[in-house]
Amino acid sequence: MPTTVRVECTINDETREFLCEPRQSLLECLRDVLGLTGTKEGCNDGNCGSCTVMMDGRIVPSCLVLGVESQGSEITTIEGVARGSELHPLQTAFLESAALQCGICTPGFIVAAKALLDRNPRPDEHEIRLWLANNLCRCTGYDKIIRAVQQAAATLQEAK
Amino acid sequence: MPNYNWPPQGQRRLMGKRLSRLDGIEKASGYAKYASDLNPPNLLHGALLTAPHAHCRVTSIDVSEAKAMQGVTSVRVIAPAGTEIQWRGAEVAAVSATSETIALDALKKIKVQYEVLPHLVKEEDLKKAGPRAKAAGEQLTGDPDQGFKEADVVVEGYYGIPVITHCCLEPHGQVVEWKSDAVNMFPSTQNVTGIGGDLAKALELPATQVRVQMNHIGGGFGSKFVSDRWGIEAAHMSKESGGRPVKLFLDRETELTIAGVRPSCFGKVKLGAKKDGTITTWESDTWATGGHGGGGSPPIPYVFTNIPNQRKAHSAVSINAGGVRAWRAPNHQQACFMTDCALEDLAAKLNMDPLDVFAKNADLTPRPEVYRNQLRQAAELMDWKKKWHPRGQSGSGTLKRGLGVAIHTWQGGGHDSKAICRINPDGTVEVELGSQDLGTGTRTAIAIVAAETLGLPLNAIRVKIGDNQYPPSGASGGSTTIGGVSASTRKASVNSLEKLFAAVAPSLGAQADQLEAVDGRIQVKGQASKNLTWKAACNKLGATSIAEMGENERRNPGSLISAGVGGVQMAEVEVDTETGIVRMIKSVAVQDCGTVVNLKTAESQVYGGCIMSIAAALLEERVMDEQTGRVLNPDMEFYKLSGIGDIGEIVVKMNMEKEYDDRGVIGLGEPAAIGLNAAIGNAVANAIGVRVSNAPFTPDRVLAALEGRTA
Ligand code: FES
Ligand code: FES
Repeated sequence: MPTTVRVECTINDETREFLCEPRQSLLECLRDVLGLTGTKEGCNDGNCGSCTVMMDGRIVPSCLVLGVESQGSEITTIEGVARGSELHPLQTAFLESAALQCGICTPGFIVAAKALLDRNPRPDEHEIRLWLANNLCRCTGYDKIIRAVQQAAATLQEAK
Repeated sequence: MPNYNWPPQGQRRLMGKRLSRLDGIEKASGYAKYASDLNPPNLLHGALLTAPHAHCRVTSIDVSEAKAMQGVTSVRVIAPAGTEIQWRGAEVAAVSATSETIALDALKKIKVQYEVLPHLVKEEDLKKAGPRAKAAGEQLTGDPDQGFKEADVVVEGYYGIPVITHCCLEPHGQVVEWKSDAVNMFPSTQNVTGIGGDLAKALELPATQVRVQMNHIGGGFGSKFVSDRWGIEAAHMSKESGGRPVKLFLDRETELTIAGVRPSCFGKVKLGAKKDGTITTWESDTWATGGHGGGGSPPIPYVFTNIPNQRKAHSAVSINAGGVRAWRAPNHQQACFMTDCALEDLAAKLNMDPLDVFAKNADLTPRPEVYRNQLRQAAELMDWKKKWHPRGQSGSGTLKRGLGVAIHTWQGGGHDSKAICRINPDGTVEVELGSQDLGTGTRTAIAIVAAETLGLPLNAIRVKIGDNQYPPSGASGGSTTIGGVSASTRKASVNSLEKLFAAVAPSLGAQADQLEAVDGRIQVKGQASKNLTWKAACNKLGATSIAEMGENERRNPGSLISAGVGGVQMAEVEVDTETGIVRMIKSVAVQDCGTVVNLKTAESQVYGGCIMSIAAALLEERVMDEQTGRVLNPDMEFYKLSGIGDIGEIVVKMNMEKEYDDRGVIGLGEPAAIGLNAAIGNAVANAIGVRVSNAPFTPDRVLAALEGRTA
């Protein structure tokens, strides 16, 4: 049997401890070990963005991070974007603007877009496209994703 | 018979409005469960060993070492010694184990020897295909020889559109458990009602023994209808482990290698026309492949079906590569490309605006007025008249802009569908049907139809789909879902409502046929003060729910739905003649789909169709290696999909004018994904002054065309 390693990190503000194999990716740990299946696997090689999570303030494709590398780090997944039952304005905007269809890319887009709005509350269209360039969607047409991010930015500004 | 007709357009509260989807919160919060998210207790992980050669024979296979590994629960030989394998990636063996890593390690312990056989994996050059190209025989209409003789102008062009894949972001696969004589299957499927019977047959079980459930699916696009080898093997491996659930999803490489492709199409098209652009004669010599089984035959000439003189020859080429599966609008993208690129070349030769050539020849289509109207609308949205210039006359700079147009059609229609509308004594309403929501908004559309019919708000309807224990509903393919489920739901809701009317009529002192359901009340027509709230009315049912069925029969659809839509798509591109890079500036899509159920999700379908076409036109191509017979780009780094920066502006217009609305509901998934590919090809030609014959229009091909080379 393969050996496992104990890892401790903070996920969505909670301390989590888990055992993983040294070769398991953070994505596999989130999905298969911790049951956080909101983070999706599209390509498993860093090219689709479905597995995007925040790790120590940066967005990373969790399929390219080893589970053991998350030792001591702070991670936010899609499950941590809403506050309890209150959706983040991005989530509301995505569903109201029809920025999702099958929805399998959506968690990655929302986590990435949140990271954008956290550091740049008023991105223009070009900045949004640039920031989300690594997130692929096969269904929606993208146009509505841009509108959703703009709408969420406006909502967040109003709330200030 | 009750009146099932849709309410008149002006009187609809919900249908045709822009409504948010019911499953949006689940999806946006990460809590929506796709089949690939399921990790039930005691789960085993399955993996496939696939063939490393494009054509080979298995001479020996030894699984003993894999079987002996700790944690391995099953090793199954799919291709025993002697099996001839026809494409790389074909399934050779399957393994299940207590973890994914053990399963993958076990695959490496399986020793297989192969006799390598000669292969053919490329079809662009028909001469090299030899006997593997099967000619379908010439088809003749009118007198093409005479037609060309009398034509004022003749153009001849060569066009090619390659094999591409579906590349659903959620790969194919399922979780399945086979306990004693019952199977529970949780697949990623477009066919909730049908896939159980398919699996049952393979497992030699009665269909009643296979239960299928699916909440959400991460894309299908025509590739996910059957239980597949991986589903069947996973079921067997579950049984062998005493009924533990087995999860087997394809990795991206296998997904892109064997889980389905759209056929290619290559060939010559020759058009004869009058000076004014009217086409009189068509001649084409085309070939295609969709894998080992040969290739699809695109319906050409496309849309302009009534060209009086035609000669057509088509060959299907069998190659050693993973097989075809329906890809959004099967054969239509290819047909549109071959036809509409030729039309643009004709316009260029005549020094005419292609818009005029398309409009003039609309008489050769089955719906001339519709296409002319859509061409006019699209041209306005594109500002065509202002922007268009004759081919190649796009100024002296190195950045060249161009415009292109294409038109398309799709039949659609509604699949067989049965729905139950249940009105419960507490006022709750459930609609049940064995359908599925591919992300297109089917769930929401069902709720809209029921709520519209029952005079209730959208959130009063609980939609239950994704289970083959619900009444049967067709597979979601060919844009037939919305027709099927909207008709069955409407009829079920009307039928149940009539029962409710009958139950409450006495207490309102009226006849059942004098009642109507409006704004959450049951009231007497013309005497709105005589009413009961919906809840009070339902309370009158005592202890028994109403549960009436509604049915759509594919062959006898009635007036609620129809078939056959048209669309016009236009592209504006900018080509950098130094780098060969094509950049999308703007796309316009004008589309009819009869009665619109939910404008928001209908538009989304069209936006989505547009990006699929943009990706197909600029990026997507399955590249085969002649030497090794492998797919060279079975990953998302080199099998490119368009990203958010690649698509430019997209403008969508749905035709909802009365004459369109009167036709009834028609599906929309396929048509939206057809025309833009050809429109982009035409825009590139318009920009740079030469035709880039082969899609995708990658920098190397654009530069080669500019230099007069072939690439
Ligand atoms: S799954 Fe990680 S980037 Fe695609
Ligand atoms: S909504 Fe399906 S991949 Fe984005």
